[in-house]
Amino acid sequence: MDTHDTRDTQSDARPVLEGPDIARVLTRIAHEIVERAKGADDVVLLGIPTRGVFLARRIADKLEQITERKVPCGSLDITMYRDDLRMHPPRALARTEIPGDGLDGKLVVLVDDVLFSGRTIRAALDALNDLGRPRAVQLAVLVDRGHRELPIRADYVGKNLPTSLRETVKVQLAEEDGRDTVLLGAKPTPQ
Amino acid sequence: MQRHLISAADLTRDDAVLILDTAEEMARVADRPIKKLPTLRGRTIVNLFFEDSTRTRISFEAAEKRLSADVINFTAKGSSVSKGESLKDTAQTLEAMGVDAVVIRHGASGAPYRLANSGWIDAVVVNAGDGTHQHPTQALLDAFTMRRRLIGPDAGLGRDLEGKRITLVGDVLHSRVARSNVDLLHTLGAEVTLVAPPTLLPVGIETWPCEVSYDLDSTLPKSDAVMMLRVQRERMNAAFFPTEREYSRRYGLDGDRMARMPEHAIVMHPGPMVRGMEITAEVADSDRCTVVEQVANGVSIRMAVLYLLLGGNEPAVTHPRTEEK
Amino acid sequence: MSKILIRGAKVLGGELQDVLIDGGTIAEVGNGLSAEGAEVVEADGKVLLPGLVDLHTHLREPGREDSETVLTGTRAAASGGFTTVFAMANTFPVADTAGVVEQVWRLGKEHGYCDVQPIGAVTVGLEGRKLAELGAMHESAAGVTVFSDDGKCVHDAVIMRRALEYVKAFGGVVAQHAQEPRLTEGAEMNEGVVSAELGLGGWPAVAEESIIARDVLLADHVGSRVHICHLSTAGSVEIVRWAKSRGIAVTAEVTPHHLLLTDELVRTYNPVYKVNPPLRTERDVMALREALADGTIDIVATDHAPHPHEDKDCEWAAAAMGMVGLETALSVVQETMVDTGLLDWAGVADRMSVKPAQIGQATGHGRPVSAGEPANLTLVDTAYRGLVEPAGFASRSRNTPYEGRELPGRVTHTWLRGKATLVDGKLT
Repeated sequence: MDTHDTRDTQSDARPVLEGPDIARVLTRIAHEIVERAKGADDVVLLGIPTRGVFLARRIADKLEQITERKVPCGSLDITMYRDDLRMHPPRALARTEIPGDGLDGKLVVLVDDVLFSGRTIRAALDALNDLGRPRAVQLAVLVDRGHRELPIRADYVGKNLPTSLRETVKVQLAEEDGRDTVLLGAKPTPQ
Repeated sequence: MQRHLISAADLTRDDAVLILDTAEEMARVADRPIKKLPTLRGRTIVNLFFEDSTRTRISFEAAEKRLSADVINFTAKGSSVSKGESLKDTAQTLEAMGVDAVVIRHGASGAPYRLANSGWIDAVVVNAGDGTHQHPTQALLDAFTMRRRLIGPDAGLGRDLEGKRITLVGDVLHSRVARSNVDLLHTLGAEVTLVAPPTLLPVGIETWPCEVSYDLDSTLPKSDAVMMLRVQRERMNAAFFPTEREYSRRYGLDGDRMARMPEHAIVMHPGPMVRGMEITAEVADSDRCTVVEQVANGVSIRMAVLYLLLGGNEPAVTHPRTEEK
Repeated sequence: MSKILIRGAKVLGGELQDVLIDGGTIAEVGNGLSAEGAEVVEADGKVLLPGLVDLHTHLREPGREDSETVLTGTRAAASGGFTTVFAMANTFPVADTAGVVEQVWRLGKEHGYCDVQPIGAVTVGLEGRKLAELGAMHESAAGVTVFSDDGKCVHDAVIMRRALEYVKAFGGVVAQHAQEPRLTEGAEMNEGVVSAELGLGGWPAVAEESIIARDVLLADHVGSRVHICHLSTAGSVEIVRWAKSRGIAVTAEVTPHHLLLTDELVRTYNPVYKVNPPLRTERDVMALREALADGTIDIVATDHAPHPHEDKDCEWAAAAMGMVGLETALSVVQETMVDTGLLDWAGVADRMSVKPAQIGQATGHGRPVSAGEPANLTLVDTAYRGLVEPAGFASRSRNTPYEGRELPGRVTHTWLRGKATLVDGKLT
């Protein structure tokens, strides 16, 4: 989340994943979930706003195609659990939507677009703690760019993307940005 | 947003909508098994109440605790204040204990403004009602209740109250709730009408951004929400109106009058209600009356305000003011 | 006492002249006067006025020496160019007996910075019920001629009528603090647009105007004269104008702050703006200036009301009412009346010295600047502009609404019967 560069016109950004690639890796992640969860009977997908929610929905759709069952899918806003709250003005909150049957005893798969420092996932685990007691929690991300600051790893990775800290990774999704792409660019030099 | 919340008039339209949207998310916390967020962990908030108001204090306290703040309650009764200590000394004493925010209720209009602007303390000041001046979180929870009821909890997100017709009835003269509501509802695009006997309207009201009427019956059919203000019986002795009976006959809301309101319209009251005076039991207990909801919404609104003022390193950022009052 | 030659002063703002003081008297006024044997004060075109007279000062002694004493108050007066102040009666104890007024009068005499003329209370304890011994106060060494319950209104119509009648016997005058008490219960500021918004208790103009209307009619009826303290509204001006046109013996004063400040300032909730009567609206301010210019309002009086810091460093409701004014009065009058072209310096001399001395019967004050008159004089640097710095006040209190405000004019010298009380802006 904190890795997004919101400027659209980044001249030297180059795509590392295009629309068809993204569709393909999400299909693969869905299959991996079914395989590791032995049928995905008790899987609940929770996307981390904003783009993680769209990815979770897409994965849920694919799971449904594979298993021919509806897979519960919701969202988990971690804003109020962040450890950097005091470093910025407060942010607007996004929706936390826990599917009807709750999380107790379920296999929760957190879904986010980019895994970077791991702090977002740390916050998400704290938030989950207040919402129920899942049987297990797993993590699916579209891109893992490295540079972890906490002992956190993803269970399902769309693409491992070794980056330097001077680079930015920007995920665009049709639901929010009008197209599917992952861009790798250079951080703007400070003014 | 500004650093303190002193007056509803200090909020821009975008500030107010952000608070309402945030409160909508906070409201969902109340439905969880664990009604608590770690957001204000390590922050200390003092509830500095110079005036008795158990319900407002409890509402703030619940909001503060749900956000994991450390809460100090200070009531003037029996404290050093009753021994003649000044507001300044009290505030400075509390700040010396490391307080991040002061939620203040005071009988004197302007006391929170003074506290925030006199250089006495550095803490964030939230006005929990001052004299007959302002009660901004009450106005926010009222607007929140209106938006939820008249537009919908989800449909309302991001929206103001454009075009909604809100009528406030009763003792406007002595009401901080009325002042705050007029300011905020106007900012949110609602059309406000105040209804009261002329004795209970302040001289100078003509500059307020609202309509004024002495006739309740003609206003009711054109109202989406009717807010009844408390009328204290003591006012009768000061000749603001002849008798309780005459007041409730002319300005009280009973079943017949409620029937003249549009079907979707709601009845609101900031509490505590004086049943039989401004509102009959029939109305107070009806489905259209939102009194209990307003109390619940109060906690969500206060959580939102505290989060947006204290959750970061500075107040929440919204777009610059687009219109001037 | 030796000779002093004031060289090159604009006497009452007119042509440059020299003024020679010999002892306590003005010896000569003219051009090129000999400096022989005289200490020379180069006026360099400053304006020379008769020593200012304030008909409305609160010196606080006895009782509230933490806010002001006769000494600090008269030093403040000398700093502001005053040679006489009338000390209001609302002290502790109240100046309602010959004993208290004589004490205040004596203290003023001993300190020697400024003549102190005590005002006697109209009613015992300012309670509005029983007439104080007005005659005894008049016959005391203090020779009281002005009586006032200022701070409170003599609201009972019968008591007011009796007081007006009674003081005729010795040519006294009742100075009324016009405030209908019932209409001002819980009053904290002017009632109007701003009070409605701020939720502060309103002090309606009609509470002042109704008392003034009643009192001018009473004065007319009993053939006495009445003085109206700190008139503050446009409506009051109309009533006084009407009364004067009918030949009623009414005089009226306006304070400097009511000539400059409005209730918009109360939006800050800063109690330095809390005063009684309250700051009014722009319309009132303009009406008061016009009335002072055309003589409907006779005089400027400061209503100098010192309060200790803690009584203003608090919330509005808890704060004391009043402002200090002796040391800024002339500057505010220059700003509002002279620099706006409404009044010339001769007019200022009339409104701040001649007329108040007449109303209060302050013998030897408010006299022309001419040979043979008592040397009560004030020299003003009218070209000066500067920020008001309360830290430099001679008054014990600092509750000025003008802190940090730029105002014109500075009193550099004050002479009380030929003795300098202020030289180059410094008290002697």
